[in-house]
Amino acid sequence: MTEFQPRGRSDTIRVDLLVISDLIESGARVLDIGCGDGALLHYLAHNKDVDGRGIEISQAGVNACVRQGLSVVQGDADTDLRDYPDKAFDYVVLSQTLQATHSPREVLAELVRIGRHAIVSFPNFAYWRIRWQLLASGRMPETEALAAPWYETPNIHFCTIRDFVILCRDMGLRIEQRSFLTHEGKTGRFRSTGLWANFLGEQGLFVLRGP
Amino acid sequence: MSKPVPETVITHENTRQPAAVGGHSVVVGRDKPLRLDCGVTLAGVTIAYQTYGALNADCSNAILVAHALTGDQFPVRDGGDGKPGWWEVMVGPGRPLDTERYFVVCINVLGGCMGSTGPKEVNPGTGRPWGLDFPVITIADMVRAQAMVLDHLGIDQLFCVIGGSMGGMQVLQWAVSYPERVFAAVPIATAARHSAQNIAFHELGRQAVMADPAWNHGDYLNTGTNPRAGLAVARMAGHITYLSEAALRRKFGRKLQDRDALSYGFDADFQVESYLRHQGSTFVDRFDANSYLYITRAMDYFDIAAEYGGHLPAAFVGTRVRYCVISFTSDWLFPTPESRELVHALNAEAANVSFVEVETDKGHDAFLLDEPEFHETLTGFLNGAADRHGLGRP
Repeated sequence: MTEFQPRGRSDTIRVDLLVISDLIESGARVLDIGCGDGALLHYLAHNKDVDGRGIEISQAGVNACVRQGLSVVQGDADTDLRDYPDKAFDYVVLSQTLQATHSPREVLAELVRIGRHAIVSFPNFAYWRIRWQLLASGRMPETEALAAPWYETPNIHFCTIRDFVILCRDMGLRIEQRSFLTHEGKTGRFRSTGLWANFLGEQGLFVLRGP
Repeated sequence: MSKPVPETVITHENTRQPAAVGGHSVVVGRDKPLRLDCGVTLAGVTIAYQTYGALNADCSNAILVAHALTGDQFPVRDGGDGKPGWWEVMVGPGRPLDTERYFVVCINVLGGCMGSTGPKEVNPGTGRPWGLDFPVITIADMVRAQAMVLDHLGIDQLFCVIGGSMGGMQVLQWAVSYPERVFAAVPIATAARHSAQNIAFHELGRQAVMADPAWNHGDYLNTGTNPRAGLAVARMAGHITYLSEAALRRKFGRKLQDRDALSYGFDADFQVESYLRHQGSTFVDRFDANSYLYITRAMDYFDIAAEYGGHLPAAFVGTRVRYCVISFTSDWLFPTPESRELVHALNAEAANVSFVEVETDKGHDAFLLDEPEFHETLTGFLNGAADRHGLGRP
């Protein structure tokens, strides 16, 4: 029978997930939406003793998570968040998933309803390399982080850091923290709609609260 | 109280010799009778069970395996007849339910026919087999009786309760009736309520039994007959629902049985017919027809939300149990949407739940078979839960 094997060393995870985990205090109740293979949940469970749950759309991802002993259900961010009660979690994490949802605005509203805080990270479409590719080649940009061609990408709702700030403002959400991640994995904070963050940031990372 | 039972201490112990089937047996409900959902009270109920592995010092490593409709208390059979148990792939050293780590208990359900009190046993009030005088039992009644056995074994809290199909119904009933006694629950290939289609199939089976003249209005044990034909047909119909079209096609297709051409008669021309007939005839050798009626009825009555105004999440309010819900893609008896409904209800209570749908073409029976993805997932869940429960990692 397959033995329980923690996946690699628990301190080696993607840099954006590491940044997210730093935002979460020990022992918190966390829901990771679009948890993939469970890397963040696994890290949080072993390093921060969180009470973690996950939702993942791909069955293969779910099975991989449950095999590691993580509590994960197969589900869709667009349709299945409405099941959860208000403020059921301290943190609801939506990492690199917002751009793949059908209704990002509704999903954001659910995040801040379910969680006391929502942590959202997404690829910034105004990142300078993307701007440059579009300007220079006139074709849909493909980067390391966004590798699929336009006709195959699951990402249907791209936005920029500036777009996201404006949407939060429109929805009356409180932005508790706004930061960006560079290609090299450095993070920086910014104010307002972040003119430079919107240029330098490969990803935007926000902590939100409901209105 | 349609059928009052004498409130005396009834010794069912000798009505059947436990040695004949092996395993253990205990009389429960002597001091505090078993109060059934139908209103009848049973004082002194024999329950047959089997255990595997050893209970640890703080009694925290017990797993209750709940068997399905036609199962018994022997997921692993250690009798000398060479017949394998029904869950050998799951229970044993190094298996997902590792008997070197866990103390595994499996209990023949109330109403069963493998040593537990049921319609086949002697009614102490009359000295004759109960037959149809046996009170109608429910899944909740089965679980009440199981809880009494655990009291007897000194187990306050189960590390895990696990089962497929009707076993899964018992798992859910455990989590709802005794949430403080369950740390983790694994309902497999099951549903929060028995569907209309499934009730219909059960009714088909029951009518087949009752249409057999040898059934004798349920009194066949007193008249020396046995509704073999009726029970065999019930089993054949049931068996079809446990498989899938893909599994039947792969296994049999339209292949003929021991012949090169159609017989233009009603013999078992096709292999699938021969297989079903075999399933039917071997089943009647080991199962009691009235037990089949009672247990199918218990499944039909199962609706865990009924007590909660039909609102499923209300059954799980504040639940602290860790759930792992498992379904199989080709299971059309308990299809994945029924598991998903359960998961939605658990999410509505922000319960700790995992949900896995396993890809297989083996139908409902997949939960009994060697499905590596299923077993790996289950092992992972149990390891994670064991870690949380202070049982350590393997």
